[in-house]
Amino acid sequence: MKKQLYYEDVEVGSEVIPLAKIATTEMLVKWAGATGDFNPLHYEDAFAASQGVGSPIVHGALKRAWLGHLMTDWTGEQGILKRLSCQYRGMDYPRKMKDMVTPEEGETWWCKGTVTKKYVEDGQHIVECDIWVENGKGEKTTPGTATVILPSREAKS
Amino acid sequence: MAITDELKALIGTTTEPVIMEVERGAIRRYADAIDDPNPLFRDVEHAQSSRYGEMICPPGFFGWPVKRGGVMEVLASLTPALARAGCPRILDGGVDFEFYLPIRAGDILTSSGKVADIRAREGKTGTMIFTTLETTFINQNGDLVAKSRATIISL
Repeated sequence: MKKQLYYEDVEVGSEVIPLAKIATTEMLVKWAGATGDFNPLHYEDAFAASQGVGSPIVHGALKRAWLGHLMTDWTGEQGILKRLSCQYRGMDYPRKMKDMVTPEEGETWWCKGTVTKKYVEDGQHIVECDIWVENGKGEKTTPGTATVILPSREAKS
Repeated sequence: MAITDELKALIGTTTEPVIMEVERGAIRRYADAIDDPNPLFRDVEHAQSSRYGEMICPPGFFGWPVKRGGVMEVLASLTPALARAGCPRILDGGVDFEFYLPIRAGDILTSSGKVADIRAREGKTGTMIFTTLETTFINQNGDLVAKSRATIISL
């Protein structure tokens, strides 16, 4: 069981615990199946080229889902995600699979965030964060924001 | 800059409500696809002993398929109009979710979509059109559980 994060544990500038992700062609196939998004932009070479992105790209919504994972992991089971917003600014390209289980060498993506604001409103302990997905070159391809409600040690006692 | 009259007429278009059943297996497959081991999204026993009392959806999942009926229908009517306005390529620009209540396995959601806005902007590579699609999700008790505002970029 993960440790629970409390409102008192974070300050403006605190880091959201980073989360590493590796986009592979396998993950894109699984994502397509799990969401029902069968846009050929994410698996058809010629179609992706015709759309001006070169080759099949990682779904923006998959990167958004990684950011959801980042936040639910960080806030723990007693935290509540109220708002999650992001923009798909940069293209990301999945690693190909070498065999059934092994991706080729390549990029690792990092989901990261920092606390920008904390305040109490209507008895709720609210924390706002800037969040983003960073590619292997350190570019923020998917910047966004998140708002969470955290439990408070003081409110508890 | 102005958008075509044809696009202007599409602002405010609403979709027929779509019913979405939230199934445990669908939640698990979604969590599995993104490599999220959180037991709230996978383990019935754990989830039932949590404060939620049941498996819940990871943020942004509302049952399979995620982009169902409503949004696809709107896109089907938008795509040709965007092409005629000189922007045939469509990209997902981003999304803004607001979550009001947890969504549990077994919930039956009604989602309704609306073209909230269409606007054009001059970019580095020419005209870009930004379409905002607003979707609301209401559960079987009539409670609003989430809202999304998705941006479609055409160029």
